[in-house]
This record gives sequence, C-alpha cells and structure tokens, in this order.
Amino acid sequence: MSKLTPVLSANWDEADSFTIAGYKRNGGYTALTKALAMAPDEVIQLVKDSGLRGRGGAGFPTGSKWGFIPQGDNKEHYFVVNADESEPGTCKDTPMMMANPHVLIEGVIIGSYAIRANYAFIYIRGEVTHVVRRVQQAIEDAYAAGLLGKNILGKGFDLELVLHVGAGAYICGEETALLDSLEGFRGQPRLRPPFPAIAGLYAKPTVVNNVESVASVPAIVNKGVAWFTAMGTEKSKGFTLYSLSGHVNNPGQFEAPLGITLRELLEISGGVRSGHKLKFWTPGGSSTPIFTDEHLDVPLDYESVAAAGSMLGTKALQIFDETTCVVRAVLRWTEFYKHESCGKCTPCREGTWWLVQVLKDLEAGRGSEADLDKLLDLCDNIMGRSFCALADGAASPIISSLKYFRQEYLDHLTAGECPFDPMAATLFSSAGVK
Amino acid sequence: MAFTSEQIKVMDSIITRYPRKRSAIMPLLHYVQSIDGYVTNEGIELIGKKLELATAEVTAVSTFYTQYKSKPVGQYHVGICTNTLCAVMGGDMIFDAVKEHLGIENDGVTNDGKVSVEHIECNAACDYAPVVMVNWEFYDNQTVQSVKDLVDGARNGNPPAPTRGPKTLRSWKENSAVLAGISDGLANEGVQAGEPTLLGLKKAKGGA
Amino acid sequence: MSIQELGTEQEVAVEMITCVIDGFEITVPKGTLVIRAAEKLGIQIPRFCDHPLLEPAGACRQCLVDIEINGRAFPKPQASCTIPVEKGMIVKTQLTSPVADKAQKGIMELLLINHPLDCPVCDKGGECPLQNQAMSAGHSESRFEGVKRTFEKPIAISSQVLLDRERCVLCARCTRFSEQIAGDPFITLNERGALQQVGIYEDEPFDSYYSGNTVQICPVGALTGTSYRFRARPFDLVSTNSACEHCASGCSMRTDVRRGKTLRRLAGDDADVNEEWNCDKGRWAFKYEVAKNRITVPMIRDAAGQLQEASWPEALAAAATGLKNTSAGVLVGGRVTVEDAYGYSKFARVALGTNNIDFRARRHSGEELDFFAAAALTATYKDIDKADQVVLINFEPEDESPIIFLRIYKQVYKRAIKVISIAPYASRGSEKLKAKLIKSAAGNEIAAISSLSGLSSKSVVLVGERLVETEGGLSAVAKLVEQSGAKLGWVPRRAGECGAIAAGATPNLLPGNRLVTDAPARVDIATAWGTPSLPTEVGMSTDEMINSDLQALLIGGIDPMDIAPDAKIKLAKKFVVSLEIRQSDITDIAAVVLPVAAVVEKSGSFIDWQGNTRSFESAVSQSLNRSDVRILSMLADEIGRSIKLTTVKAARAEFDSIGNWDGPKIAMKSSPAKAVNAVADGEGILSSWRNLLDKGSLQDGEDNLAGTARKSVVVISGSRANKLGVKESDLVRVSNNYGAITLPCVIADIEDSSIWLPRNSLSSQLIRNLGVVSNSVVKVAKA
Ligand SMILES: Cc1cc2nc3c(=O)[nH]c(=O)nc-3n(C[C@H](O)[C@H](O)[C@H](O)COP(=O)(O)O)c2cc1C
Ligand code: SF4
Ligand code: FES
Repeated sequence: MSKLTPVLSANWDEADSFTIAGYKRNGGYTALTKALAMAPDEVIQLVKDSGLRGRGGAGFPTGSKWGFIPQGDNKEHYFVVNADESEPGTCKDTPMMMANPHVLIEGVIIGSYAIRANYAFIYIRGEVTHVVRRVQQAIEDAYAAGLLGKNILGKGFDLELVLHVGAGAYICGEETALLDSLEGFRGQPRLRPPFPAIAGLYAKPTVVNNVESVASVPAIVNKGVAWFTAMGTEKSKGFTLYSLSGHVNNPGQFEAPLGITLRELLEISGGVRSGHKLKFWTPGGSSTPIFTDEHLDVPLDYESVAAAGSMLGTKALQIFDETTCVVRAVLRWTEFYKHESCGKCTPCREGTWWLVQVLKDLEAGRGSEADLDKLLDLCDNIMGRSFCALADGAASPIISSLKYFRQEYLDHLTAGECPFDPMAATLFSSAGVK
Repeated sequence: MAFTSEQIKVMDSIITRYPRKRSAIMPLLHYVQSIDGYVTNEGIELIGKKLELATAEVTAVSTFYTQYKSKPVGQYHVGICTNTLCAVMGGDMIFDAVKEHLGIENDGVTNDGKVSVEHIECNAACDYAPVVMVNWEFYDNQTVQSVKDLVDGARNGNPPAPTRGPKTLRSWKENSAVLAGISDGLANEGVQAGEPTLLGLKKAKGGA
Repeated sequence: MSIQELGTEQEVAVEMITCVIDGFEITVPKGTLVIRAAEKLGIQIPRFCDHPLLEPAGACRQCLVDIEINGRAFPKPQASCTIPVEKGMIVKTQLTSPVADKAQKGIMELLLINHPLDCPVCDKGGECPLQNQAMSAGHSESRFEGVKRTFEKPIAISSQVLLDRERCVLCARCTRFSEQIAGDPFITLNERGALQQVGIYEDEPFDSYYSGNTVQICPVGALTGTSYRFRARPFDLVSTNSACEHCASGCSMRTDVRRGKTLRRLAGDDADVNEEWNCDKGRWAFKYEVAKNRITVPMIRDAAGQLQEASWPEALAAAATGLKNTSAGVLVGGRVTVEDAYGYSKFARVALGTNNIDFRARRHSGEELDFFAAAALTATYKDIDKADQVVLINFEPEDESPIIFLRIYKQVYKRAIKVISIAPYASRGSEKLKAKLIKSAAGNEIAAISSLSGLSSKSVVLVGERLVETEGGLSAVAKLVEQSGAKLGWVPRRAGECGAIAAGATPNLLPGNRLVTDAPARVDIATAWGTPSLPTEVGMSTDEMINSDLQALLIGGIDPMDIAPDAKIKLAKKFVVSLEIRQSDITDIAAVVLPVAAVVEKSGSFIDWQGNTRSFESAVSQSLNRSDVRILSMLADEIGRSIKLTTVKAARAEFDSIGNWDGPKIAMKSSPAKAVNAVADGEGILSSWRNLLDKGSLQDGEDNLAGTARKSVVVISGSRANKLGVKESDLVRVSNNYGAITLPCVIADIEDSSIWLPRNSLSSQLIRNLGVVSNSVVKVAKA
C-alpha cells in the first residue's frame, strides 16, 4: 500500500544498526567489494547512469560532478562529505549518521576510489556530539577492518578518512566556505571559478557531496541502475529522505521515491496536527520559498517544485498550521540569516541587518503598507547581488510570504500588534505551561 | 593555564591528521576548550606557535565560529533552539522560562558556574521539536517543565541523560574533547534512533 | 609549483581579447578584469574592495554589471572586479543597464545604512571613495530608519594606526594587503556577519613596517594615521611628487604640504619600483625637517670657541680661507642628492685640487672601492619578478631596503621562489621569505658564498653594504657572479650612496665611473669641466681622512658616530666646514657652519639601487634654504676656483652631459680572505644590522612611528643560553674593552659562535657602546 521505499533506513530499527557488525549483517560493504573490482571510470559511469542528483540542496548530478575531476593530472584529489546540515528544517543526515554511519563510509570509499582520491574528509557540524562519536567510532572500526588505510581489501587502493568537526557556522555548509573552513580559515565562500573540481581543498581537484548523496551510492552499486531509475520521475530519479516536522501528528523521516506529494506523505504519517489545518510549509528548508495548501499535490521532485515557484532543496518539509503567525516565522528565519551571514559581502551582511529591523517593526504592528514594498525592494537589492546563495535564502521566505500572506502583514499594522497567540502554536498548548 | 607536555603531545597528534597543518586549527580550538573551558589567550598563542600562524589569524578563526567561546561557559551549557520551527512549537517559551528560572540572560552563566544558557539555531532535529542541546547532546521533545528539571538536575550534579546520546551527560570540557576528535569510548551507548527517525520505516513495514 | 615551471625564459606573447562595454569595443590582454577594461574606455565602475595589486575579493558587490557572452546572459549582475574579459563578451555597466544601475544604487544604500556619515570630522572627507561614489552613484536619501551599528571609536591598533570600526566598509583591502603584500597578518577580519570587524589579537599590535599602506588604501576613514589625524583637510594641502630620501629602494612618493610644513607623505605610484606601496619610515618620518635644532643661518666659531651667526659673505669667506692653500678633503655622507654629490665631487677636484673625497660614512674598505669600479650591477626589480632564486648576502631587505623585500615577497607568495640568505640567523624578514639560511658568523661569509651552487642567469644576487665588513667578501661575490652569470645588485642602506658613486664622490672615481688613475678618463672630465688638469692619485678614504694630518675638511651631513667613536675627537683637531640642516656632532666642532636645504625644500634626484634616477621637485616653495651644490658653487667662487654650478638644474645638466664611461671596466682585484675570528668560552662574534625603525637621525621626533619599532634584544643560540644559564627574555650582557650593552635575550637558531644586536636602536648603539659593529669578538655573560 505504502509508497515508502526504505533503503538507507532499512535497518535503522535494529538496535546495533550503527555498528560495523550490524551493517555487515545487512549486506554492508559488499558494494565496496563490487566497486573495487570495477575500473574507477566505470563507477563514475554507473553513478552517472543512475541519474543520482545531489541531496544537499542544489540537485546537481553526482556522477557528472565526479566526472569533472581531471584524471592523470598527477595531483592529489580530495573527497569531501558535506555533513554540516544546518539549513533550518533539515534533519536527515544527522539521524542517518547516528543510526548508520557505515553506509556513509562505504560511499566515501567508493567515491574516493572513483575519483582517485587518497584522502577524504567528513565535515560534520560541531553541535552534535553523539553523532560525532558514532562517526568517529565507525571510522576507527573501518580502519580496523581493513576498509580504510593502506591497500583496502587487498585491492591496492589507499584511503585516509578524517572526521573534521565544525564549530557552529551555517555558512560552512556552502561548499567553498566548507573548504576554507577545512583548510583552517574563516568559513567564508570563495570566488568561483575556479570550481572545487579544479581547485578545491588545498587548491587540488575536490568533490564535495552531501551525506545522503554519498550514502545512496552503495545501494546503487549493489542493486544497479535499473533498480534505481525505476523509482522517481523522469529527471529526478530514485528515492530520497523526506523530513517531516512541525504541526503534524507524527513528524519523522520518510524514504520515498522522488515525486511523492506532501498530501501523500501526510496521509502516510498521520496528517496535520489534529484539529488544525495546514497554513504554509517549506518544501526544502527555510531557504526555499514557502508553499501553502495550494501546493499539497505538487510532486516533490526537482522540476515540479521549481515549476511551482520554489525549490526541492533538502526536502525538509516544515509544516505550520493556522495558529502560526507567518510574520513571526519569517522574522525568525531572517534573524537566523543575519546571525549566520558570514559578513563577507555587503548585501548579505547589511541587508539582513536591515531586514530584521523592518520585520521586527512589522511584527509588532509598526509601520505602514509602504514598508512592505520597501521590504520587497530590499529583497530585490539583496537577492542575486550577494556573494553566495545564503542571502538568496534570506530573501526567499520574505518574498514568498508576501506573495501568499500580504494581508496578514497588513493585519499586524491594523491591529498595531501581532494578532496571534503564540501559545496556541506550541505543542504544549493544551498541556499548559508550568 | 599552561599546557602540560601530555596535552602538547595530543595537539601534535591532532596536527598529524591533516595533510596541511593549518587545517588542524578547528580541532585544536575544540581541544583548548576541553582543557580551559573556553578559548584562552594561552590557547591562541600556543596554536599560533604550533601552526606557524600570527595570533591575529587564530583569533580571526576562533571568533568566526559560535561554538568557540571567548569567556567561560557553565559545566553544562544549555542551547535552546529558537529557530522558527522550534520557537513556534515552544522553544521561545522554554527559553524565556529557563532564563527566568536561572536568573540569567542569554549567554549568561549561573553564579555556581554550573549552567549557562544560549539560544541556538536549528540543530538538525526538527522532527523532535522543541529541541534543547546540553553540551551539544540531544534533549528531544522538551517542555518548559522538562527543561527546568534538566537545569535543576544539572545544578545538583545529576542531570538526566540525553534522549539520544550516552547514558550519562558528560561535562562541557569532556564533550569538547570529543569534538576535538578524541574518543571517549561512549559511541555505543544510547539508542540508534528515536521514534520519529524510525517512523517512515515503521510505516513502510505496515506499522500503525 | 616546481622551479622548472618558473624557469621558462621567453615571455610568451600575450593573447589579446576584444569585447564590448557599453557599446564600445575594446581590446585588452587576456586576463584583464572587466572593471579595468572599462577603465581603459574611461568608464568608471564604482568599487571598494577592488585594488589592482590585491587578489580579487568580490566582497563589496559595488561593481555589479550585466554581462552576456556569445548571446548567453548571466542571470544576475556580476562583480566586474572578479571576472576577466572573454571573447564575445558584452558588458553593460550602470551607464547602459538599468539592472546594473539599480544593483549598484542598492549596494550603496546598504553600505551607508551603518556608516556614521561623520564626513565633516573624518580625515578622509574630501578624498573619500565612499563619499565620492555615494555622491555619484547613490541615492540622495536613505530609506533606513533603524538603529545603526556602533563601536567604541577609535581603537589604536598600533601606536601609529587608529581604527574607527563603524566607518569600515569591510572591503578587506587592509587585511589582504597585510597578508598578501606585507606578509604581516596582524590585522584580520574577526567575528562574523554584521559584527564582522577588522581587529588585532589583543596582545599583538599591528606593528608591520608597512602598516601605513593600509591607511592609504582604506577607501573610507576607518584607518587613520595617529600623527595626521584631525590635522588637515585634503583641500588645504599642496601636493608634490617626490622621491623618498630614506633608503635606496627608490620609492616614488607624494608630499603634502600646508603653509610650508609637510603634513603627510603618501606612497607614489610607480609600477617599476614601489608599485603603490612604501614603508612606514618613508611615510611617517619627516619631522626632522622642522626639528627645533634646525640651522637656518650661517655661523662662524669665534675666538672663544662659540658659534656666532654670520652673514653669508662672512661665512663663505671664513670657510674659503680655511680650505684654501692647505691639505684638505671632503666627506659627503650617503644622504645627498646626485646633484649635490656631483657638486662635492667637482668641488674636491677643482676647488681643492684633490681626490680626497668619500661618501662612505660607515664601515668601508679599499676592496669596496675596487668593487665600485669593477662590478657590473645589473639587477633590477624586474629581474626579481622573473627570478628563479634570490640570494641575499649580508642583506636584510625588510630592514635595509623594504621595497626590495616586498618585491621578493610577492614572488615568494605567488610562485614560491627560492630565497637563500647568508646571515648569522633568520631574521623575521627571512622567515617571511621562507629563506634557506646559510648560517654564518660575521667574517665567515666567504665560505658560505663559495658554497653556493645552482645559480643561473635568472638568479639575482643581492649584496648589502655590510659585506664590506668581511675582507674578501666583495671579491668572492664578484667571482660568484662572474662564474654563474647571475644578476648582481649592491644595495646600500642610504638613498644617496648609489648617486654618490655615479657622481664620483669617491677617492678612486670621477663622475660616470671614470677611474682617477686613468688618463683618458681624466681628460674626459677635465675637458667637461674646463680645467687644465685633475689630480691623478687615488685619494683618501673617510677613515684615512679622519686619521690623517689633513688640515681641513669640508663635511656635508655625516654623523661621526656612524664611523667610529673617536671620529669626533679627531675631526675636532681640523678646520671643519660643515654643510648641515641641523645641529649635530659635526657642527659642534666645525669652524664654519653653512645651512642647507632639507629634501622637501629642494629639487634634485637620487639614484636607486637599480641605477634609476628618481627626481623630485621642491615641495616647500617658500624655503630660503638652498641645496648644497649651490652653496658649494659660491664657496668655490670665494676660493677662486669656480665650479660653476649655481643651480641644481645646472648641476643636473652638466652631470647628464658627462655620461657614463664607455671604456672597459677594470677587473676586480681579488682580496684575500682574513682568518675567521676564534672565540673562547664566554665570547661571541658580534653581528648586527640596523632595524628599519631605530635611532636613525631622520626618524627623530616621530614617537608614534618609534612605537612600532622592534624591541632591542640580543640574539643567542640555545646552547649558549644553556651555558649561560639564561632563559628567553633574561638579561644578557655583551661587552668588550670599550663598553657594554645589557639587553633581554632571544634564543634562536643562530650560528653558535655568533651573537646579534641591533646596530643603532634604543639601548643598543653599537659604535657608541662597543666601538665596533660586527666581526669582532665580544664577551657574553648573564647579566
Ligand atoms: C548557505 C548554504 C548552506 C548550505 N548548507 C549545506 C549543508 O548543510 N549540507 C549540504 O550537503 N549542502 C549544503 N549546501 C549546498 C552545498 O553548497 C553543496 O551544493 C552540496 O554540499 C553539494 O553536495 P551534493 O551535490 O551532494 O548535493 C549549502 C549551500 C548554501 C549556499
Ligand atoms: S578598515 Fe578600511 S581597508 Fe580595512 S576593511 Fe575597513 S574599509 Fe576596508
Ligand atoms: S569592487 Fe567588485 S566586489 Fe568590490
């Protein structure tokens, strides 16, 4: 009955799913043996053929990215996993690394082998101590099992894998900022070109991939292209993790083919918070323009979401019901972008500073309708004018909320205050606050 | 505080993880926090020396990242998510209530040095909202009361265990060492996943 | 990058690219950035972070333009300071694209929301890129009604640089300069987001020798010089292009004067020399011109031994009487202009009839005179740009010729070229250059020089004036260069020395490198000067003149403490005519004192270490003071043997007309090396050089500058420290029969027998305190 397709999550309900024994019991590391028997270029071709697209937000084809790495250039190559997961709403990589770090490591080894990298890094955000423990332990166990280090599985391939722990900076999820951070600098984005495939870590050819992208590779190697491409839509192949959170009865992780709709996911999971109705939601984190109940049937694949005016992003489905003040929600996201702006470029640094002030006034019911146009014009001066996409993300919720909820902004002005009761939106609204 | 030769050896081993030594700056800063509790001048100077960087360059890095503290935090550092989703679902109220309960402001530390509070951004656990982190361990699905109990327990020396984490909550310094990549052997403790993480799998298997 | 890759000899022909900007076609070399291609068309795209000598940052986003390539338009405006032109590129700037125009106005508005708009009290007001561009490219009204970011202001990031963080636009020019150009990353961007700010580490100020450049390139008034702050408005200043008088690097400068007083100096723009930079000494050491002890009227010593003011005719007569019909000589010093040096040179030969003339107010030798006559000094800044390696012999470019340092550093930063330094230990400059150190004690450099191999015609060998302190050193270098084909540069510390050699202010050379002992060369000069004959013997050197029984000396601006501790006593016994700008040890003992103009008050030129002439005009037009050559000309008239150089211009013209000797150069005589000093326990071999910022007399009165000088320390080796039982920073006493110096020590990887001290710094003035400067055995003990 269910459209769900647990692959990555298939063994998470086993208590030792995060151990090497638990992973191997479920066929772990057999894809590696297969991959090491192939030529590196064959592995790249396989991933290309699968149509796997990056799960970090941009949806760039993973196989093509690997194919950009120049071969035979006598340079070191690096494989870097982006495990910074900090986009508001996004919560898929972290539980995966806690429940099964080995699938990521297997993917890293295969990917490194394919691009001829002998050094790989997992850049994990620093605010998740227990996940750090799990991944660190998994790496150590993989070394002990001869899966990392010199002459892996006796196949002559060497790989060092280092877990690098961040220290609190959303911008380090942006791949070039991540590389600067990993090199020991402030995590500010780099000019592109050159792109990481040509001059990445230490100015050497480098692949940066999201955790989920990398972790999807072993299954593709094991089960084949046909299996993978049978799932999903024409241009968005395969399965993926959808993270449902917020005002729903049962939040959580759902692995499904690309193209499933929110309506279907809500049906499967148990729906919007009982007694309430859907007001707005993000399809892929706070940086993706919000949707409303008009969009319940938009297939959640890259093309359909884009056609409907947003982005699939990280498939972080944050659900807000009618108790939520959209102005408050947008203000809070804007404060996030202000806090996380790296400071390098003017529009993002100064723009988020200004946006927060305007939104604070609006939320408190101060200002006039003209301020809404000023807000939009500011967004126009920030979006697409900044050094990286962080500022675009900051403008997205504002622009989209004004598109769908302009009246709610005006209601604040009319009321001279926020017309919402914040208590009503909390989970413990009925339980009461002690 | 001066560093012991043992500690300096650990630093050297951290440096050898990387192809270029400058890359070791972040784990070294975590490591300094595991010894001194925050990024001390001694730590900055030693890192500068080890990595052949000007102290200004080390400062530039340490002040960029919010997890590096320029002054001491509590033995239990409580981060309350007030990003939109958690805030709406109760995080704001938890944050206000805890500040009032402890009589401290954001970034403040209780007089006994036990607990400090900071509002944090989205911590990749939205399906467990409202989320509170203590020494960067997960405390899921919190309420105002549960967090009050949590900080009271912490001040009395018996904080509850993290929801998804080791059996007992470790101190700020101890966990900083983990972030520096120094294993404490606790990876196998705790659940592999919480309920929400398993929900899709359960539904796929036909569960209710 | 490997050295082979660097070594490609031919300059590849640059590919040219044609593109269209605002409808105009322009062809520029491949790699040219759009913003600069537009400049060539006279289209000024506003910008803040862009700087032609820094790596592109693309941070301020002020320079956004619309771009399409072969019909494909970029979806959003692009930063023109980061994008190189391409074939088929069509660029629309603010002039032709409404999108670019709105984007730029939007950025400007954002830049101003947190800017204090305190232009009326800001030093930069009137010459501020932010002010100017806000006028030309901004909205007239801000829509910002919120709260501005504020900071405590200003904070001193060093004794000479102040920072107003709220004015800062975070363009990162200053931090990029410090890292990429100076190699001194002591200022950095700290914090992040809206709180991002320029800063230092609290215990380590921005004590870079080059910090002033950041003040100059800051596009707002965020960085200001302590000495200049609140002192002037740009429109009150009269600017003159000038050349720096402090060292032989040859910086082009700009001097800004208000009512006869220099208020500031800025680095001038000369791509072949200093690019757009200079050092803090050149920028901030100029108060000596207006020092209290400035001399403005001639003086004659009376019977009671007191200097009395006199009229010019009286003073000239008195000087002429003392110099006439007696044995005499001329000490010039290394700070005079070419024109003045030429005046001294001609004065000695024509008015005094002698080759007793020497500019070397420092350690010197006969071998060095030979070297001047024989060595082909061909190295230039451009050779450094292309060098496969640079060898530094007794030469610390950061301290002794700071623009050479920047030039080498640039190649180290860009191409990781190899640098080798022969020195007792690795100075901070050497460390920044990642120089391979050939550790040698003072006096033992010859072994190190002979050990060098692998030099080619692409290599550059730079020798400091201090090599003269090792007998045989210059001969060894001449041989090295002859055998390897490497390019040779000899770099004196003072700005006037290369010019003085060219002008013949040495005992063995006439102007244009003509040997006094060479008859045809003498005929050349005698003809030019219209004198029947010239003296034929090589004259006396500075030391020889001081120690001789010469009756009279004409001395132009030297400090006897630069030569020997007893020089003053010996000079006191002679009839001394002193040409000076300030009271000094020489005016103390002079019979006649003739005031001369300081550099700002006159025109003239220096010859830099490359041999290039660096001319300048008088920046202070009202000055009554005259250049040395004019006074020498009057004095020669008074003596009755005219040199006919009544103006600087005349001197220049005559010097130019003489030209260089085109006959063959003599071969360098090989001077034998002397045995190396042996040291017993508790002894060390003294080595030293002058730090850039020290007690040099032209830095007098500059306290803010002095605040950034390096501390005086004695450098000893680890094994010596063990033997002495001292730790870092403990006091160590260095002494000899003459005297002693006690300083905190620094333990470093110094050649074991050596100890190093600054040559002329606060609490370490070697001639005064020890009577020697290097290559001499001293006692070393725990203090
Ligand atoms: C501001 C910003 C934050 C980002 N954060 C993340 C992140 O936390 N994790 C991630 O995988 N990608 C993140 N990305 C996307 C990465 O830049 C990059 O596209 C991705 O890691 C590539 O991996 P993929 O091709 O496997 O998706 C972020 C991008 C931006 C602009
Ligand atoms: S201080 Fe001046 S040069 Fe430095 S970042 Fe600020 S505006 Fe730019
Ligand atoms: S001048 Fe181009 S981004 Fe600053």
